[in-house]
Amino acid sequence: MDWILAFLETVLFASLAPLLAGWIKWVKCRLQNRKAPSLVQPYRELAKLFRKQPVVADSASWLFEFAPYVVFASAVLSAAIVPFVAAHMPTSAIADIIVLVGFFALGRFFLALAGMDVGTAFGGMGSSREMTIASLAEPAMLMAVFTLAMSASTTNLSTAIDYVLNSGLVLRPSFIFALAGLLLVAVAETGRIPVDNPATHLELTMIHEAMILEYSGRHLAFIEWASQIRLMLYGVLIANIFLPWGIAHDFSPQEMGYGFLAIMAKLLVLGIILPVCETLFAKMRLFRVPEFLGFAYLLSLLGMLSHIILEVGN
Amino acid sequence: MNVLLKAHQDSIMTRGSVPRFTWLPALQEELARLGVKLGEAQGESLLPARLFELNSRDWGRAAQEAKHQGLRWAGLWVEKPGAAFIVTACFEKQGDHALFRTRVADLDPELPSHTPYFSAASRLERHAADLFGIVFTDHPDRRRWIRHQAWGEGQFPLRRDFPRAGTPVPLTPPDNGYHFIVAQGEGVYEIPVGPIHAGIIEPGHFHFLAVGETVLNLEERLGYVHKGIEKLGEDRDPAGLARLAGRVSGDSSVAHAWAACMAMERAARIEPPPRALILRAIFAERERIANHLGDIGAICNDVGFAFANYQFGRLRELWQRDNLAWFGHRLLMDLVVPGGVARDISNGFGFAMIKQISALRRELDELRPLLAENTSLQDRLVAAGVLRKETASALGCLGYVARASGMDFDLRRDAPYAPYDGLPVEAVCRGEGDVAARLEVRYDESYVSLGLLEQLLEALQDGEILAPWKTPPAGAEGLGLVEGWRGETLCFVRFGEEGRIARYFPRDPSVFNWSALEKLIHGNIVPDFPVCNKSVNGSYSGQDL
Repeated sequence: MDWILAFLETVLFASLAPLLAGWIKWVKCRLQNRKAPSLVQPYRELAKLFRKQPVVADSASWLFEFAPYVVFASAVLSAAIVPFVAAHMPTSAIADIIVLVGFFALGRFFLALAGMDVGTAFGGMGSSREMTIASLAEPAMLMAVFTLAMSASTTNLSTAIDYVLNSGLVLRPSFIFALAGLLLVAVAETGRIPVDNPATHLELTMIHEAMILEYSGRHLAFIEWASQIRLMLYGVLIANIFLPWGIAHDFSPQEMGYGFLAIMAKLLVLGIILPVCETLFAKMRLFRVPEFLGFAYLLSLLGMLSHIILEVGN
Repeated sequence: MNVLLKAHQDSIMTRGSVPRFTWLPALQEELARLGVKLGEAQGESLLPARLFELNSRDWGRAAQEAKHQGLRWAGLWVEKPGAAFIVTACFEKQGDHALFRTRVADLDPELPSHTPYFSAASRLERHAADLFGIVFTDHPDRRRWIRHQAWGEGQFPLRRDFPRAGTPVPLTPPDNGYHFIVAQGEGVYEIPVGPIHAGIIEPGHFHFLAVGETVLNLEERLGYVHKGIEKLGEDRDPAGLARLAGRVSGDSSVAHAWAACMAMERAARIEPPPRALILRAIFAERERIANHLGDIGAICNDVGFAFANYQFGRLRELWQRDNLAWFGHRLLMDLVVPGGVARDISNGFGFAMIKQISALRRELDELRPLLAENTSLQDRLVAAGVLRKETASALGCLGYVARASGMDFDLRRDAPYAPYDGLPVEAVCRGEGDVAARLEVRYDESYVSLGLLEQLLEALQDGEILAPWKTPPAGAEGLGLVEGWRGETLCFVRFGEEGRIARYFPRDPSVFNWSALEKLIHGNIVPDFPVCNKSVNGSYSGQDL
């Protein structure tokens, strides 16, 4: 029964991810004084891509066609691990946050390989930039996660959530630093402004989009869907770890219902904060990104230090 | 306002009494010392420019001395009315244009190149070599430029014996024999971009050599939108040529049409009525504002600041809708016709336009701090794509590109033509030469144009808008010079039999500004190229012709 629930929750997660993307786009349009497309526009676009025949370059190897499935699968598996509506799903018991970071890395690894596979200049450029950013973002993310893990003495996400809930609403400097660090990492990893521009058509400025320029049809649909899931993953991770109140603790329909409403409300708010930031800032120069991620790492490190200095004794 | 105009009547007088061509005696003297005879041609057909004829042997030496005297190289065109080629080059200093002309024999047409002295000359000489088959003997670059592989070795499309329809082949051969500059070394790689780009822009190929993300070299390969405009202009009637000129580059429709009409009117000795001239200036300033608004937004969009793009896109759209409502065309095409303008405005429109001008000024005032005080935006624009003044002047840059790099030149002020000879025109000039400066110049020029529009509307008197056309004699020639929104737009027209056009040559300012892009990108990073490119915004169509 629990496994069925866990499975259903993962399906729900994946099917709601385009809605979050639609919501962010809607808010962004309104902020820029534009008429917004419908909230379900991302679904229509995915459906359109799934219907279209994928075009594959002559020079592509098996890797090119294989990569979208790996990317999508790793995104869905990550979605299964992260507590979404309820904590203590059986899936989150068998995998901890380090596995989650590993899944992220797996998807990125295949995407970067696929970017180089066809041999166009843009794909290689995108892969090179993506790996540069990843090599800086991953340590920052791990550091933020470890800060949390040290406080809660666990790397299991559900247990960590319990710890936060049990200790009540206390102002922990370490958590604030880790949260700030993780927010910056999330912006970089999901390819949002100011690090990357998901809406650009300029190949030379692209990072994530440059890697997937050669994709079309269902391949592209899987990759697009995977990045929508990844965006939602970061949102859920930030919302449920740092502000876990409202998450379901047993699997009764009422608890689950409240849990669902709570996470939806949190994502709604995050989906306003992100486009506000995106509207306020221009994209930064590529060589500023390491500084940006260096800052994220520094924040996470400060979180770790303040945990050791301020919180360990108590 | 009338007081203002009156005050400026005086300044016109002083400007009128400023002696022109003060630099000419020194040049002539120096050339005479070198044994080069610079004979002034009889007649006044090309006024206000002065025409000098010289021997083809002295062609290179004359350019060398012109360079020495600080003249700007402003264009070159070839004609072939009979057995010999007539080659004309345009030079400018202090707002005065001088034309050097020589004849080259049909057989074995060779001429010394100007490129060793003026790098600005390189592309127009290659253009002439491709289309006429003249060999510029000491030109450093013999690769084809406009004439891609679709034409055979001995085919020169602008010669009279070449059919206008061309000699189409079923399948155009691939253009793969072009030798780009190569670089070797560890970590150096090539990035070919285009000619087909993402987004709705024209085709052009950019060949980058990069180390990591830093650009070592950029080489442009243009000519993909060569439409044979010069050939299409031949044998047209004046009205047909004005229509064609309005389509040399869609965003510079008024500038090119005005330049072409000015050239034809000068050749035919026709003076358009004052009201028509003021209306032309109104169209030109409206075109300038519309393009500057679009560019400001597009520059911001290329660094991911979408807010500005939508705001300025909105302003541009509203502006162009009014163009449609008042003048019948969003881009103001086909309004400038030989002898005057095609459409008048009633006084009611004038009032609406005044209201619209102050509304736009208010919006621009409101938006300016949002751009200037956004540090993340300024971080991208300041110090990106710096074009130094020396480079800009060596390449003969024009318009906002030149003025952002400290070259203080504006035809409307320095070689004023009607109606600007009666108006105070402020040329906006900055010294930084970076993307931010090019954006600021556009912003300030928009304000200046708004002010000019108000003065032009004030000065608009009732009267005719079209002078009757007089067919000029065969061989009559004229030169049109207009400060378009991109900069000095030059046009040469020669009439043939029955008032038909024998030769049409438009020179868009993009010809020189495109080369500036190759230089200003040095040392920048690859992802900054789009914004640098947008800040220059050369016209592909205007350069390829």
